[in-house]
Amino acid sequence: MTSSAAISKVPTGHSGLDHILRGGFPRGRTTLVSGTAGAGKTIFALQFLYGGTREYGDASVFVTCEETPTTIRDNAASLGFDLERLEIDGQWTFIDATYDPGQEEEVIGAFDFSALIARIQHAVDRTGATRVAIDSLGALLTRYEDAHTVRREMLRLSNALRGMGVTSVLTNERSEMSGEIGRFGVEEYVCDNVLILRYTLDEESRRRTLEVLKMRGVDHLTGEFPFTILPGEGIVILTLEGTNLTAESSTERIHSGLVELDEMCNGGMFRDSVSLVSGATGTGKTLLVTEFIDGGASRGERSLIFSFEESRSQLFRNAAGWGRDFAALEAEGTLRVEAIYPEMRSLEDHLVAIMHAVEEYQPTRVAIDSLSALERIASQRGFREFLIGLTSFIKHRQIAALMTATARTLLGGESLTEAHISTLTDMIMVLRYVEMAGEVRRGFAVLKLRGSTHDKMIHEFTVDGSGMRIGSPFRGVTGILSGNPQHHAEAATDLELVSRMFDDEDGA
Amino acid sequence: MTFVLHLYVAGDTPRSARAIANLRALCARELDDFELEVIDVLQRPDLAEQASVLATPLVIRVEPGPQRRAVGDFSDVNRLASAIDLPTKEGLS
Repeated sequence: MTSSAAISKVPTGHSGLDHILRGGFPRGRTTLVSGTAGAGKTIFALQFLYGGTREYGDASVFVTCEETPTTIRDNAASLGFDLERLEIDGQWTFIDATYDPGQEEEVIGAFDFSALIARIQHAVDRTGATRVAIDSLGALLTRYEDAHTVRREMLRLSNALRGMGVTSVLTNERSEMSGEIGRFGVEEYVCDNVLILRYTLDEESRRRTLEVLKMRGVDHLTGEFPFTILPGEGIVILTLEGTNLTAESSTERIHSGLVELDEMCNGGMFRDSVSLVSGATGTGKTLLVTEFIDGGASRGERSLIFSFEESRSQLFRNAAGWGRDFAALEAEGTLRVEAIYPEMRSLEDHLVAIMHAVEEYQPTRVAIDSLSALERIASQRGFREFLIGLTSFIKHRQIAALMTATARTLLGGESLTEAHISTLTDMIMVLRYVEMAGEVRRGFAVLKLRGSTHDKMIHEFTVDGSGMRIGSPFRGVTGILSGNPQHHAEAATDLELVSRMFDDEDGA
Repeated sequence: MTFVLHLYVAGDTPRSARAIANLRALCARELDDFELEVIDVLQRPDLAEQASVLATPLVIRVEPGPQRRAVGDFSDVNRLASAIDLPTKEGLS
């Protein structure tokens, strides 16, 4: 087996796939892309060619066996791919191998696909193409009944493509989600590489994944990788960019938005950190977000909020109630608010939208309120992938992020979201209701702060017209975090406390 | 009426030779007047492109219209006659 270092790679035209394939498809080889109806095979093939042509100037030949070139041009245009432009420039050639019912061909005796191969060869010679796609093998071959001939010709086609020195993608239908790769049972053997595209129903949400099944002699990442299809881009693979934990950690501290919190953290939050605040509904998570964002935006740092629970106007009204003028910050250009209902898009699309907004606005602070709202639109696995994708993306961009999670019960208890994300975060804060002597008060604590010591006390906080005020630690109360506050026996009543204080004074 | 037939083959192979021989024999037997043009797709891929040829050997009955097509080495000439709708002098056996 050849070492992968010696094999030259061709970028695939798919963001993320190059990462999975450690550079791209091996040059001059054939790749089978197999999937059920609607899995995105045609788009995959189009993108492989289009990306290569646009990004690297590689000329392409697209053999279409199912949809006419006109249909493909239209579909490509809806993805933002201008094929006509490339055709005019001689960079893109269609070979129309669609079936015309008016031209029925009865088969009498032995035949082969020499003419198709000659046509591809001709187009490759004429344009100097280095990329070829055939979409799809099934549509081409199932017109011919003789399975033996079909298998032999499939092998010949694959060999011919290798002989031309082109890097090729052959798509193929799969009738089942698992089991046979193709109809003829030999598809995976005639091609060097096999990719599987899946479009599955996972806990009531549709989920697209890509898997590299076989990559002859070449190292690649294994497993299923979620992807989405976006207008203007095509397939976007949500790879776990940077999950190898090589992201550089900065020691720079930033203002958290609250002076008291900075003190509790021994100097503020870290510049490139992902923080989570968890708490029951109404404990003040959005308030903490407001303080965090204002702490940046009012000092000229570009700050971006993704609100999945409250509308823009609600968010602005809340901020105004705490003495923060978000409208003014937005007008100054240091604040941007993206408010969207979680149900508007799939989780994958939300992730891509977040990435785009971050790339476009280039913020140094990002807040996501709340993760729990996003959690309800996806399966557990989908949500976990989303979190990994999101946190690794953020850490690679030297951004301070604050995310919120809603606890399941009013008093204490951890949220589902928290269980998923706690290992991915650098800092965890909790907001809790504390019942004391028939009164509901609120507590705040920093549970974890990676890379620094921090104040481990549970502080009481209050909210007034100027925002959040973190006060002194609760004394004489235990069990706040577990949601079951208990007053110490020796501090059972305020009266006792007060009288003992005087006792102390007397003794001093 | 002149029958115009285009036969697309790929190179000088036994399969091409069989297709040419079978088609010629059928035409000679059944037609008084015909033109048979043999096109090698390896020499003229552009013509294969124009006529949307995928599999070879392929015969296209160009005239009289409408077009009729058949693929293979035409091991059974009677089936070929019916596939491309050639008139037969004595009916098919």
